[in-house]
Amino acid sequence: MGTSVTIARPPAPAAIRMRRLVSLALVHGVLIGGAVFMLLPFVFMLTSAIKPPGEIFEATFRLWPRQFFGWQNFEAALSTAPLLRFLLNGLIVCGGILVVQLLVAIPCAYALAKLRFPGRPILFSLVLLGLCIPVQAPSLPLYIAFAELGILNTYLSMMMPFFLSVFAIFLFRQFFKSYPDEIIQAARLDGVGEFEIVWRIVVPSAWPAIAAFSIFSVVAHWNDLYWPLIVISDTKLATPPLGMMYFADSELGSNYGALAAGATIITAPLVIAFLIARRHFIAGITMTGIK
Amino acid sequence: MNAIIAEITPLAAAPPASRQRWIERFAGLGFAAPAFILLVLTNLAPLAALAFLSFTNYELGALDFSFVGLKNFGTALQDPVIRRSITNTLLYVAIVVPGGVLISLLVAILIHQRKRTRSLYEVIYFLPVTSTLIAMATMWQFLLHPTLGLINQVLKGLGFAETAFLSEPRLVIPTLAAIGIWQLVGFNMVLFLAGLSAIPRDLYEAVDIDGASHPIDRFLKVTWPMLGPTTMFVTVTTFITAFKIFDTVAVMTRGGPGGASEVLLYAIYLEGFQYFHMSYAATLTLVFLAFTLVFSVLQTFVLDRRVHY
Repeated sequence: MGTSVTIARPPAPAAIRMRRLVSLALVHGVLIGGAVFMLLPFVFMLTSAIKPPGEIFEATFRLWPRQFFGWQNFEAALSTAPLLRFLLNGLIVCGGILVVQLLVAIPCAYALAKLRFPGRPILFSLVLLGLCIPVQAPSLPLYIAFAELGILNTYLSMMMPFFLSVFAIFLFRQFFKSYPDEIIQAARLDGVGEFEIVWRIVVPSAWPAIAAFSIFSVVAHWNDLYWPLIVISDTKLATPPLGMMYFADSELGSNYGALAAGATIITAPLVIAFLIARRHFIAGITMTGIK
Repeated sequence: MNAIIAEITPLAAAPPASRQRWIERFAGLGFAAPAFILLVLTNLAPLAALAFLSFTNYELGALDFSFVGLKNFGTALQDPVIRRSITNTLLYVAIVVPGGVLISLLVAILIHQRKRTRSLYEVIYFLPVTSTLIAMATMWQFLLHPTLGLINQVLKGLGFAETAFLSEPRLVIPTLAAIGIWQLVGFNMVLFLAGLSAIPRDLYEAVDIDGASHPIDRFLKVTWPMLGPTTMFVTVTTFITAFKIFDTVAVMTRGGPGGASEVLLYAIYLEGFQYFHMSYAATLTLVFLAFTLVFSVLQTFVLDRRVHY
């Protein structure tokens, strides 16, 4: 973009170079200033996690402590709260939700996109209606129902409300609609059943949409506090955010080094996954564009 | 391929076509059934129950309840906590929506023009989106500590007075809003970056030929109008996210100091799941729904237009 502009102008190399340099400095100045704000809590977390208590709130901020206290902090964090258990819980809950979401949404999306059956327009209207309802809205009646059924404080109670993702149905339907009918018809003529058409033929082609939705779903449920806070009171079942909350409230809440170490452990898995699969994350957000 | 379709569509192929119709009906119903059942169980039935509850005086564990008409709605209107919660939520939204949209637009425009440093900035600005907000909120709490926190030490070094960001009633919502913006700038930025790369370059060249090559002219004549749909979508999504503020309040302030950071979702949480005033919480949830519904409908409408491959 920049080069085509300079060509169009009468040449005045020194002045142009000066102006470009100034604007470049300005742009990076703004971006770096913003970046410092974005990174501030991360840097503070990582440095505090390796500092002894006396150094964390010292008047002059240091990136590296005078006395390395990392082992003690992480050990204190891991021995007071079952942090690894929280991560495992997060994995179980997110994995469980995602698997059921895909198993339920994919056939339904295919039916909405490619099959003519009675009630299809109504079902699609209901899906659109569902998109307008925030997840917090049904939580009260669901809580009462779960309390009556006696399944509060279980993995199932954490996962159940999210088994159906109207958003997944909506996204996959859009994707399936563009799948060529000719191939489906050809498969039918070859005697391939509808079930197999979905899972063997259509699903492999929808991989980008499935990957995008999976990232969206895992990020949302890994970080969700509201629902686990409502249904879980047993510390052992806490997901990472809920565990972090217990941890900050516990007697260790005043041991800032250990708390920072705990926060590091809780935050690490998703951040590392993001750094590894950066392109997929960003493509996923671009495609789904919804939280 | 064409030959195959030609074989199916004509009248001559009537028997297989009718058989196909039956298969489609059968398979379609079968495929949609699990989703439909779950939709009823986890969405539609709870919504109906919510509306029902709001007209009763049901409390969790109560054996009996009766209909009280619109009494809960009347109570909600008079309730100072709820009034405060709604005002605070709207104030939070009023800061986060313009802030979160404009800052991310600026960042996206600046990053978009970078070549070598683009991915580095992208990662940095996106990092808060993937991080667990509860853990980061705890860190913000340290940073904002009135006497020991790093931010106050920097302010003191610059000659400002110590500021109790989270315990000063007038500052608590703006502070939470700043953290809210911090969390969603990266998300909005990614959407804006996608919008920016969809703008055809020759539009900028056409503006250059017209003599409007100043960056601000380029922005006003090309970027802003072309980003219209993206901006609309980002604004609506940001509104919905901001209106659902809960996490930072639950961890950092618990509605304090003196109710200065009570927000609607937190009030619902307290009434429903701490005090177990189910019918009242149901009423409040309906109020919450009413606020978000306009924007959710708008979002769904835009989404329906936007997502196509």
